[in-house]
Parts: sequence; C-alpha cells; structure tokens
Amino acid sequence: MTGEAPTAVIGTEGMAELIRVLAARGRTVIGPTVRDGAIVLDELTDGDELPYGRGVELEAGHYRVRPRADGAAFAHSAGPQSWKTYLHPQRERQWNADRGSDGAWVVTEDDTPPPSYAFLGVRPCDLRAIAVQDRVLAGGPHSDNRYRARRERTFLVAVECTEPGATCFCTSMGAGPAVDGGYDLALTEVVDGGGHRFWARAGSDEGASVLAELPHLPADASLATVAHEKVSAAADRMGRTMPEVDLQALMRETLHADRWNDVAARCLTCGNCTMACPTCFCTSAEDVTDLTGDHAERWRRWESCFDLEFSHLPGGPVRASGRSRYRQWATHKLGTWYDQFDSSGCVGCGRCIVWCPVGIDLTEEAHALNAERAAGGPPGEGAA
Amino acid sequence: MKATPDTATSGRRPELAVWKFASCDGCQLTLLDCEDELLGIADRLRISYFLEASSAPGPGPYDLSLVEGSITTPQDAERIRHIRAASRRLVTIGACATAGGIQALRNYADVAEYQAVVYARPDYVETLATSTPISAHVPVDFELRGCPIDRGQLVEVITAHLAGRNPDVPAHSVCFECKRRGTVCVTVAHGTPCLGPVTHAGCGALCPAYDRGCYGCFGPSNSVNFPSFVPLLRRDGMATLDVVRVLRTFNTGSPEFDAESRREAER
Repeated sequence: MTGEAPTAVIGTEGMAELIRVLAARGRTVIGPTVRDGAIVLDELTDGDELPYGRGVELEAGHYRVRPRADGAAFAHSAGPQSWKTYLHPQRERQWNADRGSDGAWVVTEDDTPPPSYAFLGVRPCDLRAIAVQDRVLAGGPHSDNRYRARRERTFLVAVECTEPGATCFCTSMGAGPAVDGGYDLALTEVVDGGGHRFWARAGSDEGASVLAELPHLPADASLATVAHEKVSAAADRMGRTMPEVDLQALMRETLHADRWNDVAARCLTCGNCTMACPTCFCTSAEDVTDLTGDHAERWRRWESCFDLEFSHLPGGPVRASGRSRYRQWATHKLGTWYDQFDSSGCVGCGRCIVWCPVGIDLTEEAHALNAERAAGGPPGEGAA
Repeated sequence: MKATPDTATSGRRPELAVWKFASCDGCQLTLLDCEDELLGIADRLRISYFLEASSAPGPGPYDLSLVEGSITTPQDAERIRHIRAASRRLVTIGACATAGGIQALRNYADVAEYQAVVYARPDYVETLATSTPISAHVPVDFELRGCPIDRGQLVEVITAHLAGRNPDVPAHSVCFECKRRGTVCVTVAHGTPCLGPVTHAGCGALCPAYDRGCYGCFGPSNSVNFPSFVPLLRRDGMATLDVVRVLRTFNTGSPEFDAESRREAER
C-alpha cells in the first residue's frame, strides 16, 4: 500500500456493511458467532450474527459464555477453534489415481479451486499464529501450494484485543494485544459514552478500498487515543505469564527434569491441545482405495504428537510414554521451533490451557521447569 | 484346512463369511446396511456364509471371516476354533466379539444364581461362567470396535483386505474426532461428563456432536490415563457408582475398563 494508511470510524451498522461488502466481493466471510455454548468461528452473512453482548469466562479446562452489559462484539478471547480450521483444514485430498485400461496408473493432483475467505475478528495472537503457519507451510524450499493459494486469497480483518482472558499470555510471547501489521483492515472496538464504535485502519490497498465503501461516523480525534489506551491496559491484564527467561534454553536445559513426570501423570494424551493450537500443523497421509482397486486417493489429515501412532516405526512407537509425548510437544512449541523456523511456536493465545480437559497449563509447566532448573535439578543435555 | 488357490494370482473371488456368537446381530446387519457399497462388495467377494443374508451357506474355507459376538457357551468355544481353522483372515466386528459385550457383566456375577432366578429349568441351560472376546480363544487378525461398528470402518476393513493393505482405523481418542469436526468440547464448555478422552475413535464423535457425553461404546483408546481422568467425571457430578456403571457397559470386558471399574468398585 502506498501513502498513509486511511483510517475511519465505523459503527455497528458499518460492521454489518463490512460483512456485506466482503461477501459482495465474492468472499466467504468467517467470524465469531455463538453456537453450542461457545463463541465459535463460522460463516457470517449478517452483522447480527456477531457475538454482541457476549464475553467468555476462561480458566484451565474451563470455558463458559457470559453476557456482557456493554454489548461489545469482540470482548472475548481464544475460542475452541482457530483460523487453521480454514487455512489448514483438518482433512484435504492431495491427489486421485486411476488405473487406465492399459493397467497404468494416472495420478492427478486435486485441483479443487481454493476458497476466497475474509476472516473477521482475527486477534493479534492469531494474526501471529497465521504468520507462524505461513513460515511452516508456505516458507522455505517446500511450499504447500494449496495452503499458499488459500492464504494469498484471504482478506484479514484484525481486531485488537481489549479484553484478555484469564488464560492469555500474548504479551509474554510478544504477540499482542496490539496489532503489528499483516492485516488488510485493523479495528479497535470502543464502547463508551460516545457510543459503540470501531476505529478502523487499512493495511492494504484492498483494505483501503473496502473501508471506503463503509458508512463512516464523524471523525473523532480522541477515539484513536482511547483505543490505544484500551489496548495498552489490556497488556497489563493478562491472566497468565511465561517466565521471563530464554524459553528455548529453558527447554534445552530441562529435558530430564522431574517435572515431566509430574505433568505426564496428569496428561490424558487425548490430543486436544494440539488440535486447538493455532500453530500445530502436523498431518499424516491417508491412502484410500475403493472396492474395485482401480481408484485410489491420498488425503492429508491433522495428526498429533500425542497420538501413539504418530511416531510408530517398525518395532513400535518411538514416543511410547505420555511423558515423552508431552515433552516433545512442549519442547518443540517453546524451544526447537526456533531451530526449525526461527520463531517460537507459541503465541500465548491460551487455547491449550482452556481446552485441555484436565487443565494442564503450559505457562505453569514452564514456570515449574524454570524453578526446578534454578533449584539445581537434574541437568539437561548429555545427562541421563 | 485344505489348500486353496491364492486369490491374488488365481483370479478367484475371495470368499467372505460372517459368523455370529452371543450378540444382537447389529454389527453383521451393518454389512447389509452398506447400501451404496453392497453390490461392489458382492462383486469383489463371494459371500459364502452369511445366514442373515443367505440360507445357502458355502462349506469354506474362507478368505475373510467377520466374527460377531462373544464366547459364552462350551459349544461356542469349540465352534470358533473350527472357524479359525477354516479362515485365512479373521476379523472381529463389534464390542461383543472384541471385548465380550454387555453380556460380560456376568463376569462380575454368579451365573448359577442368575440361571436359577431366570429359567424354570436351569439344568437345560449349558453356559460358561464368563463372556469373553474371540481373542481369548483364537488368534485374531484385526479387531473392529464399536457397539455397533461404524459402517465406513467396516467397508474400510473389507477394502483394505482386498487391496492387501492395513486398514486405516486410528486407535487414538474420540477427542481427535471432536476437534476435527469442530464440535465444542462438552466437558470444557458445558461441564458434561464425557468418556471421549479415554475412548477409541471410530464413531466420528457422534454423541458430543449432539451435545451428549461419549459413553465409551468403542472401548478404550490406545493411550488411557484413568487416575487423571476419573476425577473429571466426579467433578462433573458422577458418584463412584456412576463411574462404575459407565465403564461397565458394552466394553466392560476390555482390560482397561474392567480394571478401572474394579478399582472404583472397591472404593
């Protein structure tokens, strides 16, 4: 985008119009809405479907939707799904193969046209999570073309965070609560004596053109200041923190800590944390054949390092114990992700804490590992 | 067992047999319920022995035997040995054949006392003291879970057999299936007791999708942690007797559910 980013103030009618404008541009609009006792992501066709007047009560292993007196639409955090549901779908066909009349196999790559999404209400932590998956799936020499195609077509409407949950720690991970680029439109919701308004900024040419189509409220010089203050205040209200140490080193130096036994005793190895995590990307291949034996398909589906079969090699699973599987997940997320992708794999959204049935808290585990290291617990690398 | 030509090289259609032991017939009827695939199956396999579908049983031997039901009588225990001997590959279908079924509740009771109460002439009844899975009697090549089994998984087992590959039947928890289909966790978001975290996948997480807790009809997953899991059931309102009862249903005879229900019952 060239020149200074256009900004505007829109109201709730402008928000409804935003959904209509994006849909009119041929996009499938995905955003938060209330369903099944949660604020989930789903296709939106109208502004009324946004969770106005709904917040969430979060704790480890606990999630409840609660009414909010202020009527805010985006005063909630970390729902049960993340945007990877759409960008990195749980099951996707890779190719079809058919046996021709001469007996030779003909393999054709799946050419289903990628959808054109608009994501409405991407929190800064999730914006970071999308960037992390971009690096994993579309960066480097082996790019996933289908992911890339979906991603390049996606219009991102970020909404800054003014209401962190009790399980949030994005400030510890440098991933929020303010946005830092990477969006087409950024909004900050303000509900006060001046009304229910969104301070909007364009982050791309298409964002600017969409913004120009929306009904604007009169310019309000103080709104940007109020919005900044709300986001700054949110940074001080995170429910969780990570220890203020080099987490990569912490993971490397506590590989043999007793704490892994402690967490393994609680872990159900059910896989919920990895499925809820917005950056976990692992998949496995599924080869499907039909009854005739003349048609085969390869599908890719979400897989998890908590699945015994995930590390199954001839002779059995490499990570047979719950301890080894939890440790693999945590040390990859917080430590070896840096070696692999030059960043943390954790954005501090807190989903793994909320959606763990037994409420295992990654931040609590990191603090405990840090305390054990400080107390001179068993050394890490090289030790038994 | 007499020698039969290899189906892979002879062009002979493999022979399918479906057997019933102590069970409700629901699992074998799942085969007839494969409406879209049934003609394809019959095209690729000769359905040699299937009393629910045909009154002209073939003598065998069989390439693929699907076995429903548990072993509850001395005659059953003998018959399954013959079936094993006549089958190239033997697959159990459903909770009865794989874990002993709901009738394995007898394993916790005095069967002679039951007989005396239920039957006018208990001496006419010849039965074993226990209901046991097929694998307790003969080697089993594959076990398909569920009460009843999932139709898609049955077709997958048959298709994989025809293609000479392993069936793709994950043994992880039901939670994987809930998350994949986007079902909101009924335990975390609603406080509903749910056996999903310790239950074998395969149903597609049907119950949570209808806002109910999983009740474990596919039996234990391949990685269970009951000492951590059972306190969740208590927190969400289940008393000790409730925990025992939810574990003692169709898969009560599975080693994991059995051991945990005994631990609970002793509390």
